[in-house]
Amino acid sequence: MKRRSKTHWAGIAIIVCACASGWAIDLQEELLTTNAAPGRYGGTLVVLQRAEPKTLNPVTALDAPSREVIRRMTADLVSINRATQQTEPGLAKSWTISEDGRVFLLELRRGLHFSDGHPMDTDDVAFTFQVYLDEKVRSPQRDLLMPGGQPVAVEKLDSYRVRFRLAQPYAAAERIFDSVAILPRHLLEPAWRAGKLAEAWNLNTAPSAIAGLGPFRLKEYQPGERIVLEKNPYYWKTSREGNRLPYLDRLEFRFVPAEDTQVLRFISGEADVLNRVSARNFEMLRQDARTKYDQLQDLGPGLEYNFLFFNLGSLDGQRYPEIASRQASFRNLGFRQAIAAAVDRDAIVKLVYGGRATPLWGHVTPGNRLWGNAALPKQPQSFDRARQLLRAAGFRWNSEQQLLDASLKRVEFSILVSSSSPERVKMATLIQDDLKTLGIQAQVVSLEFRALLDRVLNSREYEACILGLVSGDTDPNPEMNVWLSSGGSHLWNPGQKEPMTAWEGEVDKLMRQQMTTLDYARRKSLYDRVQQIAAENLPLICLASPNILVAARKDLGNFQPAILDHYTLWNVEQLYWRTPRGVSSSPKESRP
Amino acid sequence: MKQFWHSARLPISLLVALHLAVVLAGFLSPEDPAKQNRKSALLAPMNIHFVDSRSKLHLRPLVTVEGEDRPLRFFVSGSQYRLLGLFRLRTHLFGLDEPSGIHLLGTDEFGRDQFSRVLWGGQISLATGWLAAVISVGLGMLLGLAAGFWGGWRDSVIMRGAELFLALPWLYLLLAVRAFLPLSLSPSATALMLIAVIGVVGWARPARLVRGVALSAKERDYVYAARGFGASAWYLATRHCLPETYSVAATQAALLIPQYILAEVTLSFIGLGVGEPVASWGNLLAPLRQFSIITSAWWMALPALIVVLTSWCFLRLEDALSSPSPRKHECEKMV
Repeated sequence: MKRRSKTHWAGIAIIVCACASGWAIDLQEELLTTNAAPGRYGGTLVVLQRAEPKTLNPVTALDAPSREVIRRMTADLVSINRATQQTEPGLAKSWTISEDGRVFLLELRRGLHFSDGHPMDTDDVAFTFQVYLDEKVRSPQRDLLMPGGQPVAVEKLDSYRVRFRLAQPYAAAERIFDSVAILPRHLLEPAWRAGKLAEAWNLNTAPSAIAGLGPFRLKEYQPGERIVLEKNPYYWKTSREGNRLPYLDRLEFRFVPAEDTQVLRFISGEADVLNRVSARNFEMLRQDARTKYDQLQDLGPGLEYNFLFFNLGSLDGQRYPEIASRQASFRNLGFRQAIAAAVDRDAIVKLVYGGRATPLWGHVTPGNRLWGNAALPKQPQSFDRARQLLRAAGFRWNSEQQLLDASLKRVEFSILVSSSSPERVKMATLIQDDLKTLGIQAQVVSLEFRALLDRVLNSREYEACILGLVSGDTDPNPEMNVWLSSGGSHLWNPGQKEPMTAWEGEVDKLMRQQMTTLDYARRKSLYDRVQQIAAENLPLICLASPNILVAARKDLGNFQPAILDHYTLWNVEQLYWRTPRGVSSSPKESRP
Repeated sequence: MKQFWHSARLPISLLVALHLAVVLAGFLSPEDPAKQNRKSALLAPMNIHFVDSRSKLHLRPLVTVEGEDRPLRFFVSGSQYRLLGLFRLRTHLFGLDEPSGIHLLGTDEFGRDQFSRVLWGGQISLATGWLAAVISVGLGMLLGLAAGFWGGWRDSVIMRGAELFLALPWLYLLLAVRAFLPLSLSPSATALMLIAVIGVVGWARPARLVRGVALSAKERDYVYAARGFGASAWYLATRHCLPETYSVAATQAALLIPQYILAEVTLSFIGLGVGEPVASWGNLLAPLRQFSIITSAWWMALPALIVVLTSWCFLRLEDALSSPSPRKHECEKMV
């Protein structure tokens, strides 16, 4: 009894000390109060990933799984709220933009700490931008931080204020700061000075050597199995009531490569959240007695757009004579319009996505509430119109109803699709059948994804291809690379030195103009025009945009999925279990 | 021989029936295998029955389409096809009055008739199996005989080569070949080409077996005798050793054909086999990659039964061919 009361007093003493020190920190800390509903602390959330992260380095990470994990461990100055699609304060509590749109003055929250307890200030911010802009580090985000081709100039005014100067006004303004993870200078500067930043923070790095400002920090990594994050006790957001977030104790990413296996794991209770479910599996989850009461949400169309495009680039006619000879048809606008008229988008929506998708006539999906051009014509499938267009464009039919081009050669081409995307293979099969009605013979060739990209972007040995693109943000700026004729993702003819057609020249001009226009209405009209030109000239024949379908356990609180990536975990710090949960079901849990 | 026939009767008759059905696919299948009917995607198989919804007995078989009983018609005119690749015909063994389609094995995700696709798919699948096996066994016999009969450095070179080929991961080789094939190649030609590559790569195992037989055959007394009479090496190899290897070759072929049919299934399963809209057994099984198809459209798994049955028949045949060798018996009696 005596011993017991001793431990009792010792416990109280520890709690008092902890409270006192916590109070001391709280006095200085400027925490961000979110409007998160009050939740309860504790529990583990298990999330499944298609692949293992390749790195934990926020600067060099390219692949989605890496970014998915890193984003939970890091934070940015200003972030885009995935639900409202608008910016909101992050590590910077406020900011001002000069009238010419070129100077940003950001004020940081005071008293914040990295997840290892080290304080954060403007030195870390300056260091972060130095690293991201360092050419030798080769960060994929470097281009975004160079509006007008000039790097952003960062100037530290004092410990909490920092000024950014841009070479030219940047229309997306403070959105530029989203996803630039603020790095701990005390941990990464030695590696950067030694020129080894790209190798720093890999999967073998000890958890103690990695720190960030995100809601979670690294706990352990088991190759081929899982990566476990634990709660960051220094996190700087609180709930409405002032309770420090996150609610969850642990966040566990498990690696399960196939979607079907992921769904099975969810059904059996081994996973708590599915970030993306295909329409068929979604339907199945809705019917399965074990999952039908869970939170299965159809968020409507996302930002992904799938499209068919033809090889319009200038080809080495000697190397690929056959493709070069067929390009005369592809470059014929009437031909592309006829194909667009013949495609049955409704069948794609119904048969490929089980009705959970939206047919598309332009590349901005209905999910993008701020930027879509509602005036684009939405013409239903019509073989008659397609035939008229073809006839007007100089095509003829022979006695067997096969389509012949102007040189009386039969019109045939191959459509490349990625073998790893059953949806696009199905789209190709439907389009193939539609084109058969017009007398066009299309061959569906499914290739391994890397082989396909190599043909489209490097060797250019292809005729037509079905691909999908998904933008990370609703703003038009991340789409620059697709629409500028010099862009690397200008898929139908990438990396042009001079725009090959007049309309591509006009799009170049409009896209550059919108990038520096600050007024939303003016910018919207510029981007509307881009969408109109694209819909008239059909470099991409848009097909459909699938709905974002997600799933989470019934008692996961504050679950607010959004159509911007990351759909389900963007507010992970606010997620909580409504009912207390036992420790994770993993048998290895008890191991020291 | 009697014993062989006894154990091989069932597989052989099944195989003959299967091959006949596949060769006559156009006539036996009621629909065009590529014809999409987007309104009737994933329909369950239709039952043939003789009693209609008002409990009336009919002599002519009936099927239920959209809640209505339709009589089955025989020798109906339908989509055009080529019988044996030669005669253009429109007559199908059975079908329904236009515009309804009959789907004995249901329809796939595009509303195409699965029964017709299974029959037409067999043409590609069986052809690839046979072609690849013929290439493998042919090459294997040639090289195995050369290695076993002539021996010496030829033997070393061929056998080391065989080991090399046995160690080759064929799936990756095929992925590479597929990436480099010209795009304008038709789907069936692409499939045949890929299977030909598998066939060429697969010569090593038959070659090793044939070499063993050739090694023992060339030591036989009658071969020595023939050599004594002045027979040339070519004569000895082709007249005395080669026939000894026939039973091994036949066994190998019976073993390899189902293996190569499965290779085509594997390739199509990962989406790199025969391109749409051409049917093959592998192609028909590819949708089963999706868990939801297995749970909600069970009939999509029926083509797997055909593949299993075909493999079983070939393996039974191989069993009958290999034990006990009828030819060996004859040889022993002669001695």
